Amino acid sequence: MAFKRQIDRLPIPPKDAKVHNVTCHYCIVGCGYKAYTWPRNKQGTAKSNALGIDLSQQQGADGTWVAPSMHNIVRQDGKDVHLAVVPDKECVVNSGLVSIRGGRMAENRPSRITNTQQQRLTDPMIWRNGTWQPTSWDDALDLVARVTARVISEYGEDELLVSMFDHGGSAGGYENTWGTGKLYFQSMNIKNARIHNRPAYNSEVHATRDMGIGELNYSYSDYEVTDTIFMIGANSLETQTNLFLNHMRKGMENGARFISVDPRRTVTINAAEEIAGKENVLHLPIDPGSDMVLMNAILTHIVDNGWTDKEFIKNSTFQGGEAVAADAAHPAGLGSLDYAMQTCRTTTAKAAEICKVPEADIIKAAEWIAKPKADGSRRKCVTCYEKGIIWGNDNYRSNGAIVNIALATGNIGREGGGCCRLGGHQEGYYRPADHVGRPATYVDQLLISGGGKVQHIWACDHFKTTLNAAQYKKVHRRRAGMVKDAMDAAASGTREQQVEAILAAVNAGGLFVVDTDIIHSQIGQNAHVILPAVESNEMNLTSMNGERRLRLSEKYMDGPGDAKPDCLIAAGIAQNLERVLREMGKNDYADKFKGYDWKTEEDAFMDGYHQGNPDVTYDRLRAMGNNGVQEPVHGYENGKLLGTPRLYADGKFDRHGRKDKKALFCAAGWRGLQAPGKERERATHKFWINNVRANIFWQNQFLDQDNDFIQDRFPYPFIEMNPQDMADMGLNPGDLIEIHNENGSTQGMAYPTKTARPGQVAMVFGSPSGSQGNVVNPGVNELVLPDYKHTWGNIRKIANATPKAKGVSFKSKEYTS
Amino acid sequence: MRCKNLVDVGRRQFLRGGAMATAGAAVVTVAGASSASAAPVAGAQLDYPSNKLANIADLKVNEPMDIEYPDADSPGALIKLGKAVEGGVGPDGDIVAFSTLCPHKGYNVNYNDKDRTMNCPGHFSRFDVESGGQQVWGHATSNLPQFVLRVDAKGDIYAEGASDLIFGRPSNVL
Ligand code: SF4
Ligand code: FES
Repeated sequence: MAFKRQIDRLPIPPKDAKVHNVTCHYCIVGCGYKAYTWPRNKQGTAKSNALGIDLSQQQGADGTWVAPSMHNIVRQDGKDVHLAVVPDKECVVNSGLVSIRGGRMAENRPSRITNTQQQRLTDPMIWRNGTWQPTSWDDALDLVARVTARVISEYGEDELLVSMFDHGGSAGGYENTWGTGKLYFQSMNIKNARIHNRPAYNSEVHATRDMGIGELNYSYSDYEVTDTIFMIGANSLETQTNLFLNHMRKGMENGARFISVDPRRTVTINAAEEIAGKENVLHLPIDPGSDMVLMNAILTHIVDNGWTDKEFIKNSTFQGGEAVAADAAHPAGLGSLDYAMQTCRTTTAKAAEICKVPEADIIKAAEWIAKPKADGSRRKCVTCYEKGIIWGNDNYRSNGAIVNIALATGNIGREGGGCCRLGGHQEGYYRPADHVGRPATYVDQLLISGGGKVQHIWACDHFKTTLNAAQYKKVHRRRAGMVKDAMDAAASGTREQQVEAILAAVNAGGLFVVDTDIIHSQIGQNAHVILPAVESNEMNLTSMNGERRLRLSEKYMDGPGDAKPDCLIAAGIAQNLERVLREMGKNDYADKFKGYDWKTEEDAFMDGYHQGNPDVTYDRLRAMGNNGVQEPVHGYENGKLLGTPRLYADGKFDRHGRKDKKALFCAAGWRGLQAPGKERERATHKFWINNVRANIFWQNQFLDQDNDFIQDRFPYPFIEMNPQDMADMGLNPGDLIEIHNENGSTQGMAYPTKTARPGQVAMVFGSPSGSQGNVVNPGVNELVLPDYKHTWGNIRKIANATPKAKGVSFKSKEYTS
Repeated sequence: MRCKNLVDVGRRQFLRGGAMATAGAAVVTVAGASSASAAPVAGAQLDYPSNKLANIADLKVNEPMDIEYPDADSPGALIKLGKAVEGGVGPDGDIVAFSTLCPHKGYNVNYNDKDRTMNCPGHFSRFDVESGGQQVWGHATSNLPQFVLRVDAKGDIYAEGASDLIFGRPSNVL
């Protein structure tokens, strides 16, 4: 039985409610919202209210409505206030649309009145006497600094492993990437760092950058005026919801065709068929991992038919053969189109064989992308890709093969064009140059093999999201356990004795773990010090979305308890390191940790982002409101920041740093499933385990795990499965099944659907009650990009559907008209 | 596969303000006044009108009937499913009623009689009427509001409440 809110009225925001600009902190799209706050004992009336509408009347479709999930009662300056977070019709990103994630921003706030998100951390905690005990910031940071200072000064900074987010939104953003970046890359020279979603500190799109093209180069409005939307390895209706609904949809309504390359039929494809008509939608359900072959064949067909943009190629791309040879840092050579074609050349017939899609459909795709129109004018095409490529097979070359097509057809830097990743989180990266090198260290493997003595974790839960997770967890638990045991044994000792005990334990193979997060995460179960952080809107936060739109999302409430912005936590660690190093008589080293006297997140912003972008300040961003400004900002005039709607409009490409500003093509040579062990895994297991997302969850469900509406729908991670496969195994909808292979096992609930082809299942990523990463092997590419998408396993039944699972609907997710 | 049993949107315009031969009108004014001083957090439920929707004899299995509840501006559908479901009323425990305003952005949902779902042309959300209006897939942040039903000895079906806030209003009873 479905979850019922049993709420049948809500308080009305009064006319004088405070209004705050909010950029949704969940996904890359960054929709605009208005947050209204007002005293708890007040409300407006039907006729006089902050929404400016007559609430005694039923609102029509698309009308303003505060859903129950958009309301909460939170703390603001120490007082309880009502909060309503409502989509902003004036924001050009979403035009008043709301998604199932963004529409729950308010109810996903911690509230002592409504009891929401009581899982949020409120106090620093230290492992003491066999459990985590609350303490002060001074006490917690002192322990962090004492252990860290001893390790980095006695054994070197390579013994400090750092896991840190690199994104915007959520608890990322320019303030927090700067705070952490300054600590680890300026005060220290940390080499063994990794990012929240991959086991190294590296770009997910090295190839496009090496080709000269930043991965976010268009405006969302380009979708509205294009002729073709070419989507690869992405499911935008679910994962960039309002980009699809507010921009791609308009494009299709204006006549654009839609191509999707995805082994699985998604709800995005279904919706595109509804909007554009089946005849204008082409789905290429390729064999998993064969994207590169398809791209090469499309490129070959375009080149051979003369549909390339010759002027553009001549003026804007490299002409002299090979520009960059393949080497350890470049998994493919780069150079002119002719040079790349020597490697990329693939017939449509050959591609049809490898990709297992009809040759005619490959030709059709090439025509939709590049065949000039009847009147001879060029066709515009927006190309977009995401995890199917980024977390897919042979990341570098596959990415390069996609960008090749956009380059050859002159579809970058022009209206109705663009070749972009779609993104997960928003962006918000501003850090000093890193020192990790290329290829970067495979930090998970380093940790598994006993490397590192201290680990600092910032808002990452590798237990739910990394690859080779079963092994990672096993080793992590053992190594952190050694330190817990040592701390317990020295529980009655002084701080000095505690530190000595910890040092002895890490020298014996243990790992001292400091975890900064907003909740007590799964990896946090192994932490020795836990530091509570705030999220967006519990602090001011700046980020940019998938079209580089920079906004200030304003603070409208207090963080829970003693929680702080990550940038100020990083500053606290730096200040304590300075103090402790001075005590140790290491004054030169201590001096490196100066420069963190920030009182607020704005101070961190001014110290970091503002230094590189002197036109940009909080006040100016506030004035730009929810439409913000598209980066890069190139001036300030008449009270407005001047932005850049589209990169490379002048046909000059510089992301690779080449002086000639010429874009390079990628010699994307096909070599099957590139990551070690994948081909063997495929040959020896029955099911391909696709790693997928669902619109209902934000990332690894860290907030959703405490949300009744969400947990009612999917109490366990869904594993979409072909009905015939289920029948063959005697499975009923909702039965708990286990996926297993040599890497480990994981579990979820069988969800029958025809969109799952026989022998293929689609499991939702990052679930707290079934980590897909347990069964993903450690295989990565040369630059340590993981291939989460290609996993094969066998399946067995664990249990009949539980009462919880029985209440769930197992009907098709596809809209029917 | 456009469904023939669409909830009829046009007809509703003619019914607005009329046809419901019940005491509803009197209740509406009371609730309108009370909403301004309502307790801010979910607690006591509103006073709902008790509106007669139909008689059991009027219903055919899997053919939804248009209703309005709690007032003529709030369209809904009354459905006899032919199999008992949780929350279903009537001798067979199979009669349910839902708001047909999508709790995403308020478009009118359509009934698919093949898989018994409500489908929203607004942005492609769908709801399962056999699972208490659970959103099967979509953008809404609540399930489809379900109306609380009562059947009297004569087989008359009354709506007397709602499980969730109806789209486009701050209070189910305006
Ligand atoms: S589409 Fe993304 S940014 Fe927009 S409301 Fe949904 S989660 Fe937030
Ligand atoms: S109004 Fe129903 S899906 Fe948007």
